[in-house]
Amino acid sequence: MRLRPIAAIALRQLYLMRSSPVRVLPMIAWVAVDIVLWGFIARYLNSVTATGINFIASLLGAVLFWDFFTRVMQGVTMAFFEDVWSRNFINVFASPLLISQYLSGLVLTGISTSLVGLIVMLIIAGAIFGLHFAALGLLLVPFLLVLFLFGIALGVLASAMVLRFGPASEWLVWPIPALLSPFVGVFYPLATLPSWMRGIGHLLPPSYVFEALRAFVAGGSFSRSALLISIGLAAVYVLLAAWVFTAVYRYAVRSGLLARYSAESVS
Amino acid sequence: MPTLALKAFRLRKRYGSLDAVDDVSFELRHGEILGLLGPNGAGKTTTINMVLGVLQPSSGTVEIEGIDIARHRSQALARTNFAAVYAALPGNLTVYQNLRFFGLLYDVARLNARIDALLAEFDLERLRNTRSGVLSSGEQTRLALAKALLNAPRLLLLDEPTASLDPSAADQIRSRIRAMARQGDCGILWTSHNMYEVEETCDRVLFLSHGRILLAGDPRALPREHGAASLEELFIRLAREPLADQRNAS
Repeated sequence: MRLRPIAAIALRQLYLMRSSPVRVLPMIAWVAVDIVLWGFIARYLNSVTATGINFIASLLGAVLFWDFFTRVMQGVTMAFFEDVWSRNFINVFASPLLISQYLSGLVLTGISTSLVGLIVMLIIAGAIFGLHFAALGLLLVPFLLVLFLFGIALGVLASAMVLRFGPASEWLVWPIPALLSPFVGVFYPLATLPSWMRGIGHLLPPSYVFEALRAFVAGGSFSRSALLISIGLAAVYVLLAAWVFTAVYRYAVRSGLLARYSAESVS
Repeated sequence: MPTLALKAFRLRKRYGSLDAVDDVSFELRHGEILGLLGPNGAGKTTTINMVLGVLQPSSGTVEIEGIDIARHRSQALARTNFAAVYAALPGNLTVYQNLRFFGLLYDVARLNARIDALLAEFDLERLRNTRSGVLSSGEQTRLALAKALLNAPRLLLLDEPTASLDPSAADQIRSRIRAMARQGDCGILWTSHNMYEVEETCDRVLFLSHGRILLAGDPRALPREHGAASLEELFIRLAREPLADQRNAS
């Protein structure tokens, strides 16, 4: 696969961020606010409860991982939205660019932008609240990998939705992480949930990360095979999302939707 | 070199019960400028979109230098490029950034040198770091043409490239395009509503109406052959009474 077209998609985002601090600020500001807010909440809970739970590690750690997942998803969708907002589909898709290259470009952009957010969160969480993720050791790898893969999958799926239903459906994309969060148990064990919600939670790879994180912080054991399953599950979601995007793209080419995205307004 | 830059064979695009393009076949040679004419809604842009691979024909085939776009889309489009009034380049990128972005998409070799040459050719050097969204219509058209030539295409599609230009700027663009065609490496498909421009620029024209080709021929000879004083008069007559003329033509 030729790499330069993939680099083009990521480079375009770099150009846009370089020329407009307004685009960079949300990558840093919201995650910083989240970490500070939840950091103080966790510190307060540590001071008023005698449960033995380290809220800094469990609560703030969970927020950090969840924000990372959200940033990955948004990194992918923001790169896609650039083509929506600038009505650029016909220019992009009338080029030799393959769909696999386009999606790879979106993923590369998602990696880059989410890493910036992750670094900011790690610095603030470590400097102000003494949360050091190095303590997780090698567990960091599967944790970040699962969240990264699932963020990519949802980002690609959300992009497919906007391609299919038009720019007006963009507002449906932003609440997706909030809609999922009750099911994945970011702040509480899955056992807390009613069985139907728990069933959905088991289908969502991040739930395994948060269960393992809580178990690790509490000094208990967790299932390594469950973590492996979550990696496999997340990888399946990535493949599924790529398949859906490709199917929607083909529908858009067949129905004239893609051509009309540029020629006239789609609502 | 393959003899044909483009071969469209029995192209049809159907939306429900409407045939936007109905059994359209034509060929375009290297070095030739083919005008695609017709009233609004005639099927010109639909045809161009099918050639560009962003719209799938209901039936029929498109071959670019003998490569079937349905089977080998990427290879076919690597030899193609286009500029269209309705497909402006992203306004939040500068002139240089736009050319670099599309140059990478088309995997253009020695891209920096190519960009420099095109900036010079289209008098865009002083606008190199200007966002394309704030360029004048003429400057945006020159940028769109520079983008369209990035990969030295063997097939160039120009959808009303001079629509927003003043007469002087339009004349300059036409001269450039004619010079390009004279070099013989590239076939050019050109749509325009400016009949003077078509007579001056195109070697051959196709008249489309209601998705069908009504007439084809030399734009300088067609009016005489069909008893019209000018190409514009012929255009108006065909646009208003396409079915009658279709019967006469056949």
